[in-house]
Amino acid sequence: MGIFKTSILSFGAMILGSQLAHAETLTIATVNNDDMIVMQKLSAEWEKSSGNKLNWVVLEENVLRQRVTTDIATKGGQFDIVTIGALETPIWGKSGWLNQLDDLGDDYDYADLFPSVKNGLSADGKLYAVPFYAESSFTMYNTDLFEQAGLKMPEQPTWTQIAEFAEKLTDKSKEQYGICLRGKPGWGENMALITLMANVWGGTWFDNNWQPQLTSEPWKKAVNFYVDTMNKYGPPGATANGFNENQALFAAGHCGIWVDATSAAGRLYNKDTSKVVDKVGYAKGPGEVTDVGNGWFWAWALAIPSTSTKTDAAKSFVKWATSKDYVQLVAKTNGVVTSPPGTRKSTYTEEYLKAAPFAEMTQKAILTADPSKPTRDPVPYTGISFVIIPEYQGIGTTTGQAIAGALAGQSSVDDALQSAQDNAVEAMTQAGYIK
Amino acid sequence: MAARSRDVRTGPLLAPAVGVLLFWMIVPLALTLWFSFQRYNLQNPLITGFAGITNYRLLLSNARLWISIFNTLVLVSSVLGITVVAGIIFAVVFDQDFPGRNIARLLVTAPFFIMPTVSALIWKNLLMHPVNGFFSYVSRWLGLPVVDWFVQAPMFSVIMIVAWQWIPFATLILVTAMQSLDREQLEAARMDGAKGFSMFWNITLPHLLRPISVVVMIECIFLLSVFAEILVTTSGGPGLATTNLSYFIYMRALLQWDVGGASAGGVIAIVLANIVAAFLIRTFAKNLERD
Repeated sequence: MGIFKTSILSFGAMILGSQLAHAETLTIATVNNDDMIVMQKLSAEWEKSSGNKLNWVVLEENVLRQRVTTDIATKGGQFDIVTIGALETPIWGKSGWLNQLDDLGDDYDYADLFPSVKNGLSADGKLYAVPFYAESSFTMYNTDLFEQAGLKMPEQPTWTQIAEFAEKLTDKSKEQYGICLRGKPGWGENMALITLMANVWGGTWFDNNWQPQLTSEPWKKAVNFYVDTMNKYGPPGATANGFNENQALFAAGHCGIWVDATSAAGRLYNKDTSKVVDKVGYAKGPGEVTDVGNGWFWAWALAIPSTSTKTDAAKSFVKWATSKDYVQLVAKTNGVVTSPPGTRKSTYTEEYLKAAPFAEMTQKAILTADPSKPTRDPVPYTGISFVIIPEYQGIGTTTGQAIAGALAGQSSVDDALQSAQDNAVEAMTQAGYIK
Repeated sequence: MAARSRDVRTGPLLAPAVGVLLFWMIVPLALTLWFSFQRYNLQNPLITGFAGITNYRLLLSNARLWISIFNTLVLVSSVLGITVVAGIIFAVVFDQDFPGRNIARLLVTAPFFIMPTVSALIWKNLLMHPVNGFFSYVSRWLGLPVVDWFVQAPMFSVIMIVAWQWIPFATLILVTAMQSLDREQLEAARMDGAKGFSMFWNITLPHLLRPISVVVMIECIFLLSVFAEILVTTSGGPGLATTNLSYFIYMRALLQWDVGGASAGGVIAIVLANIVAAFLIRTFAKNLERD
């Protein structure tokens, strides 16, 4: 009797348990960029087909990073799926904080992914995150304003040329600014752009002995140029402008030139939010002394922390959200120009290339951005607009703050770079790179 | 004999409560101390172990720490000055009888009940915004140049916001104190020919000294740790213009992921707070004894 009872109970528990296993609730953390908002909307389809539920935590980029990093580093286990970038993925993969994602099944076309994107999200040859969208950077300009001023943008401009154009395009009385660039402090905000500028002036973050180089001539020249140009031809309050703010300014027709992510182009083609739909021209990222390191490489990707207990369901979702079918689904529901760009060869169909004039330039920029050779001079690190070491987030953010201070006129450029240099030396000493 | 039997030993009865409080205080403190001597960066699991005094050495030789301590002191002392002066003025004004006094009192205390984050957002977006803000509207209307507050005068802007929140507190305490002012004394002074300012200086202000010291002490405790207003409006910048000690520690912990360094910063903050507290208590204790 007793045995009978237990076996019934355990059978009941088994059924219950297996049912629970089938209907999981996954917690997913993501960034509040347009493409992710689309993903959130469309994921209802996945929920319907898989029977699982998603619990969304949608945060601003900096906050997302704080939440996700603290959770993963302290093994909090709050999230089943996290949205991370090309900086964290290799580091965290190596630390054993992420699940490998090489085994999503035969129907997940790995060969279709751009090799540079795949490499950027791998550590020791293993894939630790699957790309949602990838981007490089380039120069966007308002063709209307250029025509009015009788200017012509070359395919490969230099920063000096950009400043000359910006001067002619600026008319502050009409709220028309020659150039809009990122000013909001943060390694992923202003420093992404400023590092590109330092690269093309021939600068590096570190020399071969990991000594920070922030007070070197190239950095001084690049940052002085940046501050000077922004003060003369940039919009007011630039220290508060990040990617989203500049996109809004450019889309409203306030900016002549904007050097930023290739992924912005698709959004500038969205008639609902942009007044400049047919007026955007594209050129390569500006060079100066050299062209090496004039465009960044970045990917937003989905990863599964090793603390997640629901890896099967989580894998099923990341597979769905980064698949060819998903790209087609977005094209079908939101228009082909809004497809998540830069990750798959199959995205670049003839239809897409025709509907999206920026697509070819985007593809070229992504394929040529080479994180393994970021600067003209040899360096011990990889990553173009950032340095792939754990300490970089801190160093980059502190430097970004100091430069924002210089942009706001709180300190001179030299003082700002000196204080950033001191901080970088401290961080690198603490981490044991400098003996 | 009966009286003596009522002398129960209360120590054991108090012990649980005191124990919980001690535990409450000591565990976080001990952990902070422990972490402050560790090499501990959340981003880098490969570097661990005892760091000796490295965290402190690097921190104390870092100009950013000293700037943030300086900023903290500027912020605290300016806000204290503004709130105490404004509080006294409001207390005297609201002590007078005038129509609608109760409503006016309610309005002047209202800002205190707004959450710091919310009030910072109101100031940032509705008042001080260089394009959409009320101040820029007014200055455009007057034909004056528009001020980009958080860029051109960041510290001043933060001080304004924090003071706006704390003036009601000072007012509240001082208005209450005013009600205990001896009216007959005022009458007598008036009969002796004192008026206006000399009455205020010789009677009202001395009467308010004690509540003022209460205001200063309590505000000090809260102002040393101002954080939300800075995070929302300026993020400590531009540069380091509005980085106070608590924001500095936040940056260490959550932007640089340096738990060891942040804990060392926390310990320094505790030391600083204790120095300020000791100084204040000593001054005011003298002040109070004199009465």
